[in-house]
Amino acid sequence: MEIKGRIHSFESMGAVDGPGLRYVIFMQGCPLKCKYCQNRDTWDLHGGNIYSVDEVIEQILKYKNYITPKGGITISGGEPLLQTDFLTQLFTKLKKYNIHTAIDTSGCFSLTESIKKLIDLTDLFLLDIKCINDEKCIDLTGVSNKKEVEFAKYLSSINKDIWIRQVIIPGITDDENDLLKLKDFISSLGSVKKVELLPYHDLGKFKWTDLGVKYELEGYRTANNEDISRARKILEIN
Amino acid sequence: MDFKQWNGFNKSGEWTKEIDVRGFIQYNYTPYTGDSSFLANATERTKKLWNEVLELYKKERENGGVLDADCKTPSAINAYDAGYIDKELEQIVGLQTDAPLKRAIMPNGGIKIVKKSCEAYGYKVDEETEYIYNHLRRTHNDGVFAVYTPDIRAARSSHLITGLPDGYGRGRIIGDYRRVALYGVDALIEEKKTELYTLDTDDFTEKVIREREEIHDQIMALEDLKKMAERYGFDISVPASNAKEAIQWLYFAYLGAIKDQNGAAMSIGRTSTFLDIYIERDLEAGLITEEEAQELMDHFVMKLRLVRFLRAPEYNELFSGDPVWVTESIGGMGIDGRTLVTKNSFRVLHTLTTLGPAPEPNLTVLWSVNLPEGFKRFTSELSIKTSSIQYENDDLMRITLGDDYGIACCVSAMKIGKQMQFFGARANLAKTLLYAINGGRDEKSGKQVAPKFEAITSEYLDYDEVMQKFDTMMDYVAKIYIKALNAIHYMHDKYSYEALEMALHDKDILRTMACGIAGLSVVADSLSAIKYAKVKVIRDETGLAVDYKVEGDFPKFGNDDDRVDSIAVELVKTFLRKLQRYQTYRDSKHTLSILTITSNVVYGKATGNTPDGRRAGEPFGPGANPLHGRDKNGAISVMNSIAKLPYEYSEDGISYTFSITPATLGHDLNTQVDNLVSMLDGYFKQTGHHINVNVFDRALLEDAMEHPEKYPQLTIRVSGYAVNFIKLTREQQLDVINRTIHEKI
Repeated sequence: MEIKGRIHSFESMGAVDGPGLRYVIFMQGCPLKCKYCQNRDTWDLHGGNIYSVDEVIEQILKYKNYITPKGGITISGGEPLLQTDFLTQLFTKLKKYNIHTAIDTSGCFSLTESIKKLIDLTDLFLLDIKCINDEKCIDLTGVSNKKEVEFAKYLSSINKDIWIRQVIIPGITDDENDLLKLKDFISSLGSVKKVELLPYHDLGKFKWTDLGVKYELEGYRTANNEDISRARKILEIN
Repeated sequence: MDFKQWNGFNKSGEWTKEIDVRGFIQYNYTPYTGDSSFLANATERTKKLWNEVLELYKKERENGGVLDADCKTPSAINAYDAGYIDKELEQIVGLQTDAPLKRAIMPNGGIKIVKKSCEAYGYKVDEETEYIYNHLRRTHNDGVFAVYTPDIRAARSSHLITGLPDGYGRGRIIGDYRRVALYGVDALIEEKKTELYTLDTDDFTEKVIREREEIHDQIMALEDLKKMAERYGFDISVPASNAKEAIQWLYFAYLGAIKDQNGAAMSIGRTSTFLDIYIERDLEAGLITEEEAQELMDHFVMKLRLVRFLRAPEYNELFSGDPVWVTESIGGMGIDGRTLVTKNSFRVLHTLTTLGPAPEPNLTVLWSVNLPEGFKRFTSELSIKTSSIQYENDDLMRITLGDDYGIACCVSAMKIGKQMQFFGARANLAKTLLYAINGGRDEKSGKQVAPKFEAITSEYLDYDEVMQKFDTMMDYVAKIYIKALNAIHYMHDKYSYEALEMALHDKDILRTMACGIAGLSVVADSLSAIKYAKVKVIRDETGLAVDYKVEGDFPKFGNDDDRVDSIAVELVKTFLRKLQRYQTYRDSKHTLSILTITSNVVYGKATGNTPDGRRAGEPFGPGANPLHGRDKNGAISVMNSIAKLPYEYSEDGISYTFSITPATLGHDLNTQVDNLVSMLDGYFKQTGHHINVNVFDRALLEDAMEHPEKYPQLTIRVSGYAVNFIKLTREQQLDVINRTIHEKI
């Protein structure tokens, strides 16, 4: 049976979600409830539009001239891994076009056989470390980071390329001890190719308001260059 | 021919036997495939001189936009004494008048316009001069209005056809200024005399007589050019003997052209690789250093940044910010597969760093997927830093134009010295659609402008009915449009002939009748709304459709959606075919452009509510851009939509203005450069024709609006040219800021 995908939207010009220019597919639906989420409108499991694998491939191929050879596609969201079977079919069919694939995920999933199969088909994971401090992680996202940590270790064990992403929220995720712990964790992984620190901003706040829900990080300031350089120093990255 | 100045050149091929600049280049140039590390910084002399220029700019701004004007002496190639910025420092000399930034009048184009232009800046035309041009000598402008028919006048005053070069110089002619450097003026005069000989025919027809008179004028212009150079102490009757002379000779030729003509676009051609041959010869002989080579290019470019014309306020509305379009085409590939990028392609672009960003010269990179990687990265990085470069698809243009074409104005490609165009501004396609709905009445004034036919009376618009009437209306517009252009160019040739520019062309050239359309995306979206949603017509008490209510959603141009993109493609094809049905002046070839320059604001202002939901008075998208805010899937989807527009039917160019914030292009400069290169490669592989690249934050522009004094050199690309942001009108500044700046949140 053909599996359909539930997709929030497409962005034809992604330049900050993986290497090179990327066609970004935002999947609909997310099990996490990150307070700083900039795509609040992607949470609803029943929203978005339904697409077949072939329809998505047709879209992607329109951009082949831009995204090859240096870029590729990035599946973001929402949480891509909620639609593992759809992505597995998509990536399987994409193989023959030689297009680089990346998944932007929280990794908060058990390592089932079907997820392992998708991992095999994926070239790169953009792994969103919510917060290495589990207590804070639960408060910030509603979920423990235990599965995420296991997920990262598995990627490392099969030598799958990882970009670690950490959103720097001043007062929450920038605690020195937490960052040092993060540093240790990252260095325990063997296949991390890049660590990206993303400054927290509230430009997605209007999406919460539009949906009539309260923005929960009200009162926290956005991160500036200094916050980022400080965190970089602690993490000892350039 | 043989000259001692040619020592060291490869004399193979035909270039020593006849005028053949391309042949000279092909046998003598050195392709460069490296990176920018060889470049030198500005010399002390350059910095000092440039500071003097900046000081003059400041004075010009403080003086209300014009520093000084001579309102008595009609400009001509040799009308003024030599002028200098700072004689001790200048390595390349020559000014339009006897002082820098002092503007001249060119009444051959029209005395009324000269009068208006002078008065706009608080000057008065000399009485005697005014008398002569009012009573004794007809101008181009007066000639046109002597023959305009009532239908042309009506279409013109209702803004159905606008921006016509009947009140300003047509421009868009590129003299092959390189010929003066390579051959010297005397050899060119000899060639022209040979041409006259071939025109001593038994059938002494009107055509032959006209051509003889034109060539006679061309020879006179060349003689004048020599005299102009003599005033600066140079003998340009012979070829240039070194790099400095080559640049000086070439610049003199261009200077002659801009003293002779106040054309809307006075482009310089494709000169940097040609000049590289002279620079390489001097470098090899140890006559100059890299620093000195850069200095020569810096001083040359400085001169191109000083070009000024006296223009009326109406002109500024159409083409804002005092543009001259000293377009220099750089790079590209040769038909033999070698790149035409040389070290001097880097040097001319490097002036954006040595002298800082500037709108002129209009630096245009002819992009090919096969360009050397080092050059691609160099230009992309400069784009990111300066927003001063435009790119055009060499792989597309080389097919029909070979490898020695250049861009006139913004996007008009022509073979250098072998082709010219009759510039034709543009027809307002959105208004044409509204006339179709209203039976030829103007949606704003209610006046019957086009011949009366049955208006649409239904409550909801029916796609087939609209298309049928729109087709008829396009036919009418095409007819009036060609009639107007024929009148304009007949009179321009008669009263304001570009003798010097044409002296630097072959005798038999291709002439194009360069028509254009404005409002393409508005019309495509309107037709899409009518087809895919329901559009209800709101009429006033006289039955005039004045507004539309769209019920439901519809595909919009700019989202890579074939349902609407195909409508845009068909519109382009259809309108060109309509134009082709009408006979053109001098049998010129019909071409079309999708380019508005900054006039998208004026055209929008003159156009009522449209069926796509655009409100009356709102600007159109510039060039082929989607309407502001209509694109939802990001920049590359826009590129794909625009790349679908068929260049074969729009050979005069398809302009796209792209703006993005630095952070959206990538986290660091290196990534940004990588991504811009991939983006340009992709867009041009999709057969996109032209792209302006702007990389800036909205906040920067907003600050510049409030504090212009902080941003004297802030340059941005608008449709087809670059402009000093602070020189735009407030309305146009807002248009730029409100326009889609691709931004990731």
